Amino acid sequence: MNLYEYQGKQLFGRYNIPVPAGYVVENKDQLKKYEHPVVVKSQILLGGRGKSGGIKFARKAEDLAPAVSELLGSKIRDYTVKQLLIEQMLDIKKEYYVSIALNRADRAPVMIASPSGGVEIESVPDDKIFRKNIDPLLGYSAFLGKEASSFMGFDKDLAAQFSKILQQMYQLFIEYDCELVEINPLVQTGDGKLVAADSKVVVDNDSLFRHKDLNNEDPEKTPLEREANEKGYAFVELDGKIGVIANGAGLTMATLDALTLHNGKPRNFLDLGGTDSTEIVVEAFDLVLKAKPEAILVNIFGGVTKCDTVAAGIVEAKKKYNIKQPMVVRLSGVREEEGRKILTDNGIDAFSEMMKAIEKVVTYVKVK
Amino acid sequence: MGYIIDENTKVVVQGITGHQGSFHAGEMVKFGTKVVAGVSPGKKGTQHNGIPVFDSVMDAMSTGANSTMISVPAPYVKDAAYEAIDAGIKLIYILTEHVPFHDTLEIFHQTKVRGIRLLGPNGPGATRPGVSKIGIMPNQIFRKGDVAVASRSGTLTYEIVNAITQSGLGETTVVGLGGDPVVGMTFIDALKLFYEDQNTKRIVLVGEIGGNNEEKAARYIVEHGDKSKKVVAYITGRSAPKGKRMGHAGAIIERGVGTAESKIKAFSEAGVKVADYPDDVPTLLR
Repeated sequence: MNLYEYQGKQLFGRYNIPVPAGYVVENKDQLKKYEHPVVVKSQILLGGRGKSGGIKFARKAEDLAPAVSELLGSKIRDYTVKQLLIEQMLDIKKEYYVSIALNRADRAPVMIASPSGGVEIESVPDDKIFRKNIDPLLGYSAFLGKEASSFMGFDKDLAAQFSKILQQMYQLFIEYDCELVEINPLVQTGDGKLVAADSKVVVDNDSLFRHKDLNNEDPEKTPLEREANEKGYAFVELDGKIGVIANGAGLTMATLDALTLHNGKPRNFLDLGGTDSTEIVVEAFDLVLKAKPEAILVNIFGGVTKCDTVAAGIVEAKKKYNIKQPMVVRLSGVREEEGRKILTDNGIDAFSEMMKAIEKVVTYVKVK
Repeated sequence: MGYIIDENTKVVVQGITGHQGSFHAGEMVKFGTKVVAGVSPGKKGTQHNGIPVFDSVMDAMSTGANSTMISVPAPYVKDAAYEAIDAGIKLIYILTEHVPFHDTLEIFHQTKVRGIRLLGPNGPGATRPGVSKIGIMPNQIFRKGDVAVASRSGTLTYEIVNAITQSGLGETTVVGLGGDPVVGMTFIDALKLFYEDQNTKRIVLVGEIGGNNEEKAARYIVEHGDKSKKVVAYITGRSAPKGKRMGHAGAIIERGVGTAESKIKAFSEAGVKVADYPDDVPTLLR
C-alpha cells in the first residue's frame, strides 16, 4: 500500500525525521494565515506529479488562494486531487537521495543513498549510488551511517544528522512493515539542516492486519478489480477479449501467456485458488462477465480443486447468468472425466489438454 | 546432505486440526511420508487421523520429528517458525500464504545462522516419488524417474510434472519454492542439490516475473553447472502488465526489474532451453 506524501511525513514526524512545517487542506476554508512562502502539493498516489503540474508555489500571500483553487478538484491521469499539502518553502542549497528498500534477491533491507537527489534514482549513474544491505539480525548500527556519510562527502555535522535520519528510517521500515521508505529529495538548507522535502512510503499489503490505521485505496485498481479483491479473488483487468478463469497464480499466468502467443488476448487474470465449492466458481463467472468478454476460457488442473465441482459450478453459472458467449473448458487432474461428462452433457466444449482449449477459444475471437 | 527430504524425514504438522493441515497430513501419510506428530495447542493427547497431537513442537520432538509443515494463519507463522527453530527442527516448510515479508526475513535469517533449511512460504512443498513428501502436491501425478523440478508456482508445477509423467519420464525431486517476494530456498539452492544428486539427469526450472532469482540461477548454471545434466526452463508472465501483482505477491514487475524477457534472455544465454508452453517441457527434456 502506497502512503500519501502527507501520511509519510506524519510518520517521519513521529520518528523524528525532520520535515518542513505544513498542513493538509481539503477545501479553501481550511487555509491558515499566510506567514511565509509555501509550496502547494497535490496529494495523489501516482508518480509524475510535478511534471503533471500538481505542484504550485505561493511566494506571496495573494498567490496562495488561486493555487489552491486551481489544484483542488483538478485531474492528474484520471485521478481527482482531493487533498493538498501546504508546506513552508525550503531554502534549498543541495538535494540528496536516500531510501531503505527490500532487496528481494539477497533477502535483506538495502540502504540506498546518492549525492544526486531530486531526480529519479533510476537515472543516476551507478558510481553515484551507495548501496548496502542491512543484516536484519544486526539491525541498524552507527557504522552504516558513517559509511554512507563518507560516500556522500558530508562534513561532521551533516554526517551526524544523516546518520540519525538513516537510523530513524530503518526503525520506521521495520516497525511499519515497509517495502520502501524513500526521501527524494533530502534537502540541505541554507542554514545547514537536512530536511525531508518529499516522502514515499510503501507498506506490505500482507502486514495490514497490524497497521489498522492505514487503509488507502490503490488508485491504479479498476472498480472491478477492487470488487474482485474484496471478494478474495486475485484479479487483474487486461485489454483483450477472452475472459479467463484458472486455478493457481502460475497456471493462470501461463494461460494468459499461451493465449497471447496464439493472438487471442486475455480480458482478465482470475485465480480461482484452491477450492471445492461451486459457489466460488459461480461468483468468479459473475466477475468475469462484468468485464464483458467475447469468449470465456476456463483452465483447471485439479488437485484440491476437483474437476467435477468446477464443472457443476460452470453449469450453474451458465444457467444463472444465461451466458451467451462461447465457452471453452479444459479440465485435467482429479475427477477430470466426471467433470468433462457434466460439461458435454450440458453442451459445453470440454478438453483435457490445455493447448487444445487455447487453440479452440481463440477461434471465437479471431477477426473474420 | 544431498536431499531436501529422505527416508528419515519425520514430519510434524503445526496446525494439524485446521482444514488444510488436516487434509494434507492425511495425503502425506498416503504418499508414504512419516508424519509423526501434529501440534495444536489445547489438543494434547488426542489423535488426528491416527497421528498423535501435542500442545507444542517441543513436546512433539519425543516422536523423533525433524521437519515441520507450518499451516497456521499468516499472523501466527513467525511464532510457529520460531517455536520450531527453538525445538531443534531441521527443515521448516511454510505452506501459509500472505505472510508479511518482514516476518519471513526474520525467519530466514534466524534459520540461516543455525543451518536450518527454510522452504516457502506460500509454496506447495517438496516431493520425492517413492521416498517422501512434505506439502500439498497431488499424490497421483508423480512417477519415479530422473527429472528434478524447482518452481515458484503450485498448480503450474503440477501441470508440468503431470506432462513429464505422461510423456513417460519421471521425477527424482520436485520442489516448490513459493510465490512470495521473500522465500527461503531459491533456484540456486535447488540447483546445488540437483547437480549433486546422481539420480537426477535432467532439470526443470519454472520461474515467473518478479525479482531476479532466475537471472542469478542462469549465472550459476554457467559458472557451476554440470554440463551432463540438461536444464530446461519455463517462465510465466510474458503477457503481464508492469506494476500489477499477478496473484503471487512476488509476481510483479517493479522499476524495470523482473520482466519475463530478461529471465528468458538470461536462460537462453546460459544454454538453457526455454519452453513456450508448459506442455513443451517434456519434449525439450529429451
